[in-house]
Amino acid sequence: MLLGPALAVSAILFSLGVAGVLLRRNAIIIFMCVELMLNAANLAFVALAQQLGPDGQVIVFFVMAVAAAEAAVGLAIVLAIYRHKQTLDIQNINLLRG
Amino acid sequence: MFWLFAALAIGGALMCITRRSPVASALWLVQTLFSLAAIFVLLDAQFIAALQVMVYAGAIMVLFLFVIMLLNLGRGSATDMRGWTGRLVALALGLLLVTELWVLVRSPLAGPLQLPAGTLSRVTQEQGVVAVISDSLFRTYLVPFEVTSVLLLAAIVGAVVLAKRRL
Repeated sequence: MLLGPALAVSAILFSLGVAGVLLRRNAIIIFMCVELMLNAANLAFVALAQQLGPDGQVIVFFVMAVAAAEAAVGLAIVLAIYRHKQTLDIQNINLLRG
Repeated sequence: MFWLFAALAIGGALMCITRRSPVASALWLVQTLFSLAAIFVLLDAQFIAALQVMVYAGAIMVLFLFVIMLLNLGRGSATDMRGWTGRLVALALGLLLVTELWVLVRSPLAGPLQLPAGTLSRVTQEQGVVAVISDSLFRTYLVPFEVTSVLLLAAIVGAVVLAKRRL
């Protein structure tokens, strides 16, 4: 049974993703760290699905669809911001600060 | 076997959040995604592993690399790490999160929910890898499945509108 180790790896990967979001200022790398967190959640779902039945794998399927949609829209926003500001450093992106 | 791929995944994630160049970051993330696919196979989720390689490592990461190269960010400018206070805050929050998740991981599962050990692998062998998922996907989760298609349509339209030259 790999449930405990898999959940531990999932926890570590999720925390690394959070640390990446807090640590980096490049918008694209922040997006990649969000993908990392989604993958850590997927790992937890798959590990628990082995124990509790295949419904967890269906949820992973939906998470992947949402992640694909999020990546497409997010990268389009990144492109639009880069055209507008010529930078991806989130410290210089303060359009919504009012 | 599991620990080898777990180490590869965590190492790839560490390199991903510390590399300066976005391209190197993306390639280390690809290593993490492939290791996760291998872990999925070890956890009796072969179909999800195939999806992981195709959707994540294939489609999403290609999209990321495409945008990085379109914006010509390959060289990686001066470091984009936050200063020392930001790093300390990130470290503290990360450690807090790890301990919280660790406590959750150590707590036992609810007993009545639990199937007998090895049920999933036995069902998978009886019905096939895809049938196990598709059975509940097209019965129990049929409405969410259809809603997903609307979500993807909205994402396509939104991406096209946002990336248009005249905003």
